[in-house]
Amino acid sequence: MKITTELVDYVSVLSRLKLPEEEKVKMAGELEQIIGYMDILNRLDTSDIEPMSHTFPVKNVLREDVVEDFGGRAALLSNAPAHDDTAFLVPKTVD
Amino acid sequence: MNWEVVIGLETHVELATKTKIFCSCTTAFGGDPNTHVCPVCTGMPGSLPVMNKKVLEYAAKASLALNCDVTQYCKFDRKNYFYPDLPKAYQVSQLYLPIGRNGKVPIQVGSEEKVIRIHELHMEEDAGKLVHDNWIDQTRADYNRCGVPLIEIVTEPDFRSGDEVIAYLEKLRSTLEYLGVSDCKMQEGSLRCDVNLSVRPQGSTELGTRTEMKNLNSFKAISRAIAYEARRQEELIEMDHKRVIQETRRWDDNKDATISMRSKENAQDYRYFPEPDIPPMELTDSYLDSLRASMPEMAPAKRERYQREWGLSEKDAALLTDTRAMAAYFEDTVAAGAAPKQASDWIQGEVLRELKEKSLDIKQVVFAPEALAHLIDLVRQGKLNRNTAVKVFRAVFDDNGDIDAYVKAHGLEQVNDTGLVEQVVSDVLAANPQSVADYKAGKKKASGFLMGQCMKALKGKGDPKVVSQTLNKKLAEL
Ligand SMILES: [Zn+2]
Repeated sequence: MKITTELVDYVSVLSRLKLPEEEKVKMAGELEQIIGYMDILNRLDTSDIEPMSHTFPVKNVLREDVVEDFGGRAALLSNAPAHDDTAFLVPKTVD
Repeated sequence: MNWEVVIGLETHVELATKTKIFCSCTTAFGGDPNTHVCPVCTGMPGSLPVMNKKVLEYAAKASLALNCDVTQYCKFDRKNYFYPDLPKAYQVSQLYLPIGRNGKVPIQVGSEEKVIRIHELHMEEDAGKLVHDNWIDQTRADYNRCGVPLIEIVTEPDFRSGDEVIAYLEKLRSTLEYLGVSDCKMQEGSLRCDVNLSVRPQGSTELGTRTEMKNLNSFKAISRAIAYEARRQEELIEMDHKRVIQETRRWDDNKDATISMRSKENAQDYRYFPEPDIPPMELTDSYLDSLRASMPEMAPAKRERYQREWGLSEKDAALLTDTRAMAAYFEDTVAAGAAPKQASDWIQGEVLRELKEKSLDIKQVVFAPEALAHLIDLVRQGKLNRNTAVKVFRAVFDDNGDIDAYVKAHGLEQVNDTGLVEQVVSDVLAANPQSVADYKAGKKKASGFLMGQCMKALKGKGDPKVVSQTLNKKLAEL
């Protein structure tokens, strides 16, 4: 699959990444290699193999519906680039 | 030109679990900002989400009750988008293997019955709340709601009127409330609805371009928004010869109009992929059988039974089965010995009036169904007249007080002493010669006044039927 710089632009908008022009070209080449690997995989005949969504053969990992209070607001807030006493602070997004 | 409106619904329903979908934080409404959070629901790196057993159970029950095919091997996917109400930058949802598919919901509008098809029912997590602070020109993110379990129920575009939409939502609300999987309180946001609407010339089988309406938080708003948006699209095409643009529109309750929302760039590309942190869930036949066995009798079955077994009218049966708690209160009253018709009248009259006056939910009522049955029995036995019984009811309703003690303390037993009644009537007639004369002269209203005087003399404790018979007899004799 051909990865154009336009496609790199599109993906970087979705990922909120700003790439300089020269890096876009480099990225296009690298992405094309990665996607190309999928082309190799696609050549395998998998018609009689069950599709797999997880690598570990586990299912139904469930917990009981019992409340536990984490209680560490200050600790959680301290991980964010900006916060006040009670909330995470983010740039204006609502129009 | 005659237009046909075509509507599909996406309804988000909050599940009534104690904890969030992937962590043990409480789902309690409100709370100080970011006090119902932990590393999982704030999306801290390295935290591991674990699925809530109850969420799976509730979603599976809802799927079964809405006649869906249950996906017995189901899993979650990540829906990626950048918006700060979602700290992980993705929402855990279900795209490829939703828990329920191909459901059917029968509805009735007037005398017409129809089936609304459910495209799918899937589980997902709710997002947080953003409040912009103009003073600091920044937005505060509160993640208390983040990770609260939701099911989203998507219909096929099967609705042809606002009335059908409301009938469906009523049915959905009743079904989920009876199952106990959600409170379905629209005003608290536990049932939210997006409406997809398009119009087409009557008889056409092609779908027109649709708009999606958001921010509809009452049945009334939904009805009005549908009427407005259908007319807007029709006028756009017919009068202005323009095309409908596919877009999201917000309903403004104050302006009574839908308003275009600026569409976010590339907003539709969510780049879904399988959620790697949550292993798939297998719903075995025996698990589903056990869920089926635990399903309560639903409203339509109860309505039918109340009419068939207890001879209630369709209207009474519908009112009493509005919520599962109301139906339980009624059935408990009947089980305690009250005649169904009497129980129905008392609940729809006195109990509902108390609820309305005190803004209570039937679930909060402490006055026991057994006490109501006892009160009804006292009236039946002629120990209390109906009016006095209502007085007693109002006095003991709030604290489930002792009815017999109250009646005794206030001397409210009905006077069944016919000798006393005769005496009182004679006295009243003797004391009111003018009214008697009026009555004799053909003013039938005068007997009402005399009746009132008799009841007053008996301190309201007379049996109205006996008093009225005695009065009429004596008036006739005069
Ligand atoms: Zn949490």
